[in-house]
Amino acid sequence: MLLQAIAFYVFAAVCVASGAMVVVSRNPVYSVLFLILAFFNAAALFVLIGAEFIAMILVIVYVGAVAVLFLFVVMMLDINMTRLKEGFLDYLPIGALIGAALLAEILFGLGVLGGTHQGTVSAFTKAGTQMMTVDNTRAIGRVLYTQYFYVFQVAGVVLLVAMIGAIVLTLRRRPGVRRQRISDQLYRPKEESIALVKVPTRGGV
Amino acid sequence: MSMDMVGLEHWSLARPELFLAVATALLLLYGVLRGEVATTFVSIATSIALIITAVLLFVPYREGTAFAQLFITDRLTTTMKALVLISSAIAILMSRAFFEHAKAWRFEYPLVVSLSTLGMMLMISANDLMSLYVGLELQSLALYVIAAFQRDSVRSTEAGIKYFVLGSVASGMLLFGASLIYGFCGSTAFVQISQALLAGKAAEIGTTIGMVFVVAGLAFKIAAVPFHMWTPDVYEGAPTPVTAFFAVAPKIAALSLLVSVLMGPFKPLFPQWQQIIVAAAVLSMGWGAFAALRQPNIKRLMAYSSIANVGYVLLGVAAGTERGIQSVVFFLAIYMVMNLGTFAVILLMKRRNVMVENISDLAGLGRSHPMLALSMMIMMFSLAGIPPLAGFWGKLYVFMAAVEAKLFWPAVLGVLASVVASYYYVRIVKVMYFDESEEAIDPSFSGMNRAVALVSALLVALFSLLPQPLSAIAAAAAKGLFP
Repeated sequence: MLLQAIAFYVFAAVCVASGAMVVVSRNPVYSVLFLILAFFNAAALFVLIGAEFIAMILVIVYVGAVAVLFLFVVMMLDINMTRLKEGFLDYLPIGALIGAALLAEILFGLGVLGGTHQGTVSAFTKAGTQMMTVDNTRAIGRVLYTQYFYVFQVAGVVLLVAMIGAIVLTLRRRPGVRRQRISDQLYRPKEESIALVKVPTRGGV
Repeated sequence: MSMDMVGLEHWSLARPELFLAVATALLLLYGVLRGEVATTFVSIATSIALIITAVLLFVPYREGTAFAQLFITDRLTTTMKALVLISSAIAILMSRAFFEHAKAWRFEYPLVVSLSTLGMMLMISANDLMSLYVGLELQSLALYVIAAFQRDSVRSTEAGIKYFVLGSVASGMLLFGASLIYGFCGSTAFVQISQALLAGKAAEIGTTIGMVFVVAGLAFKIAAVPFHMWTPDVYEGAPTPVTAFFAVAPKIAALSLLVSVLMGPFKPLFPQWQQIIVAAAVLSMGWGAFAALRQPNIKRLMAYSSIANVGYVLLGVAAGTERGIQSVVFFLAIYMVMNLGTFAVILLMKRRNVMVENISDLAGLGRSHPMLALSMMIMMFSLAGIPPLAGFWGKLYVFMAAVEAKLFWPAVLGVLASVVASYYYVRIVKVMYFDESEEAIDPSFSGMNRAVALVSALLVALFSLLPQPLSAIAAAAAKGLFP
């Protein structure tokens, strides 16, 4: 138990600290790297509460795809990040207000600030009453290809549309691009490619 | 979960969808292998595949649920799917002349339209919040792509991005609502949500909040006020054939989904959602009428017209009765014909080899092309709701259903909005017949579109002679929801 508590506080502290560094850091590349660190620590927190599937998804999707994409955007495109941050202090009060409201909501929900809504909470937890006897990756695997087979298949069609769409909207056939066509090269007849010239001695071509 | 899940009877219920998916995949393969030269063949073949799918809906006709209750077919879903399939097929056939002129005639267009139609069929058949979402996303993602299809045009790209960003926000709202409903009812299945509500096992306030979010997400997809902001810009910016498609098929599908969500799982919450739907209906009818009054661009005008028409349909939904749902099906079928006919004419607006889209460009059409002007006039009078044309009967059915459900004030406001809206429809007729122009538009380049315009004008004009079949189909469809 103690080990688990220590692990939780370490991961949570690193997560919050790197989250703060994402905003504060001057170099945008460092910001993205801190973002990746924050994702990793959040994944570790999910592992601690036994949700290893979400943890892996977090690493694969957010770190593997989203964060790397961010890194590409930051490094490839000429975006002046310091200019983007200019309005930071102007927006600080409203950001703090939204943060405070969210914090208050969480505290209300936990019943810390009084006013527990017993009925609502019990209805909310009704969905998860079935005790988990298997780990959650296995549980998802059991229903994904049986009960929710249909949804799984349609998700595949959605991805097909995404692929067609990306190709249709971005692929351009530019004129004047030289590509190597090996079959064309091999089928070139001798008459087209070779010119035999009789060069007189000391005459030049 | 048991073995019968993979049984053939489940597949046979979804046979039309399966056929469409396989046909689209094969045509995609053919297009990729043959390249741009295959475009015309692929587009005609896709239209034929859509029509065959519509036939498969009825031959043989089947009812029931499949895939662990995620998928449902009944009279209502079958009728709505048939409407969607027919309008998609005609929209593809009408698009060729425009895209060839714009040098954007590529084989992916009919295929993306077909995949979007597949998404519409799946969302019409949704019987669970999860199948609802995947169907809706399949449809929307394909629509975002075709909105930006003319990628060398700044306006088309802008329309695509605008639609994509706002559509994602709407999907987010819908998902948030779905998560609340799941939390407070303990299930995503429509049947179990309704059972939990009836048995008093669900927390009603939480479920209602979730339902409001889901309705808001769907209201965005059908462009009901106050979630309509994107409509005029996207309709104007998207290529005209895409606008014609947007104005018909996705509206029918999303409205059908709205009906099956409200009349299915959330029927116990009828008093709560009725006020929301009435408010959206009245606002849509009013805004659609007033905002279009000074609109010079005909595509923007049709955007506002579609907002107003969604308002009339929502009035029928708000009635919540069998007559109300019957009027919805009836109205949507007539709306489909009127809009396809109108857009067939709009797609013919070419002058000096440039596509034009202002109302003033129609000047002189009455003299240069009397048949085309006559069909446009019939369509405009029908949209305005002038008897004895089809549009009049559609509105009459909706208002009668609303009055029967004691929604007197919304019905009166709807009639008044319809009077205001008739101003801008009649103005188009005035421009065609009485305004002078140096050079009328030259609509001779597409026989297909002229045929669509003439046939829909005939259907609209002669509808009063034989309204019983459509009315019977609508009645049978509505009965599916009221066993």
